[in-house]
Amino acid sequence: MIMENNMTAYEKVRLTRSSGRATVTDYIKGLFDDFIELHGDRRFGDDTAVIGGIASLGGMPVTVVGTEKGHDIQERLRRNFGCALPEGYRKALRLIKQAEKFKRPVICFVDIQGANCGAGAEERGIGEAIAENLYELGAVKTPILTVVIGEGGSGGALALSVADEIWMLENAYYSVITPESCASILFKEPSRAAEVAEYLKLTAADLHSFGVVEKIVSEPGNFSDATQKAQFMSALKTDMCAKISALKNVNPNKLVRKRYEKYRKIGRFAEFK
Amino acid sequence: MTNESTVCCKCKQPVMASELADNCYICPKCGKYNRIAPRVRIEFLTDKGSFCELFGNQIETDPIAFPNYKNKISSARQSSGENEAVLCGSAKIGGYPTCIFVMNPEFMMASMGTVVGDKIAALFEYAVSHKLPVIGYTASGGARMQEGVLSLMQMAKVSLAVKKHSDAGLFYLVCLTDPTMGGVTASFASLGDVVIAEPEAQVGFAGKRVIEQNTGAKLPDDFQSAEFQLKSGFVDGIVERKDQKEYLTKMLAFHCGKIKYGR
Repeated sequence: MIMENNMTAYEKVRLTRSSGRATVTDYIKGLFDDFIELHGDRRFGDDTAVIGGIASLGGMPVTVVGTEKGHDIQERLRRNFGCALPEGYRKALRLIKQAEKFKRPVICFVDIQGANCGAGAEERGIGEAIAENLYELGAVKTPILTVVIGEGGSGGALALSVADEIWMLENAYYSVITPESCASILFKEPSRAAEVAEYLKLTAADLHSFGVVEKIVSEPGNFSDATQKAQFMSALKTDMCAKISALKNVNPNKLVRKRYEKYRKIGRFAEFK
Repeated sequence: MTNESTVCCKCKQPVMASELADNCYICPKCGKYNRIAPRVRIEFLTDKGSFCELFGNQIETDPIAFPNYKNKISSARQSSGENEAVLCGSAKIGGYPTCIFVMNPEFMMASMGTVVGDKIAALFEYAVSHKLPVIGYTASGGARMQEGVLSLMQMAKVSLAVKKHSDAGLFYLVCLTDPTMGGVTASFASLGDVVIAEPEAQVGFAGKRVIEQNTGAKLPDDFQSAEFQLKSGFVDGIVERKDQKEYLTKMLAFHCGKIKYGR
């Protein structure tokens, strides 16, 4: 089922953007039963780039939140190519706080090139919305599992990645900036993106080695093959059920303490202790 | 003070360095807020002789071995005279003990790498253990690309430390200075109990030019200004430099009730 994987970092980046990959909607169908979508941030509107709701994971009620790029061009346009707006992050936070109230574990799916880059997003405080999610998710007293299924684009991805565990698909990437933007800013040559993608250390294996990601999820050779996709979803569901059950058994205060420590130790220097 | 001549960063008019310094580094000709070195700012804001630097160790790090990063750091060190893009410490303001951090746009545009993130997180933890408020002066181009995803993760790390500080019932005031952008806006710069800004400071997430390129729309001149953020509801007030010490003193008095606000 697992292909020999010798793709370069940039080939992986390109692959995550290709149209054949499974998006959040496919994961919702493949992993959960009885999904009910919940809309709106109760403040401004409903961001179509963020999907959220309640579902059953093997009989366990869970809250699911994720960024959805869309499959075809019509859906991609309708969903702003998955580039979430402030109201998308605020909807996500509302649903995560609701999950905490009802002691439901949270599963976040990340597939976003970057938070929405537009005048409206700035006017409505895209920076503040991301900041608020980081701040609140750190202390939510219910398990959070984040799965990076494609692009993990900067702050826009991070706002759904303050979690007890982060899992990453083997070809997904997670980066502070897209290789194209980095090449254009630092080298004034967007064409050097492939080279910069190597420098940025953005693959699942890199993130695992930094201790940011706990598990690398093997991918099917071809998401468009129904059998391969079903096998992949079934294996992921088994792992997810086991992890969520285990996290549910951890005392919520301990969970939050461990979550704090997970982020606290990333880039920590003994000199400042 | 020397009688060296310098130029305003906006109007480019010559001005005596001493005159600029006496005017809180505000151009006497056009009123533009010029940048202040962090130690000078701390001198302006804190009680004489009270500042005690914390976490000032020089750290050598290049976690993803990014091309040319070490050279950039050493030239930033040389030109700024500081070893990183943030200065942290404890001090007194109007008699009130506080922690303070000041970011330095002259150091790689105050981009946030692991050292910057760790210093600020450590300061919030220090403030928790010493039951102190935190005053933060932000400026930043955002996360430091040369440290890859590890710099991005500092946004989460510092935000969680701010939360810990807040949950301890302690006060955090942010002053946004020019420019506060990207990952710093999207983390601790937006998380103060009180958020103020300097006049005309640029504050936002994505760069204005990037948004114009992305959307094809021409944006107004005041887009992402402190005044724009006030109108949009993201800052509590715009406070002029000359009034900041008094403002901070009053805020500390309101929030640190153990010490009497005598007058």
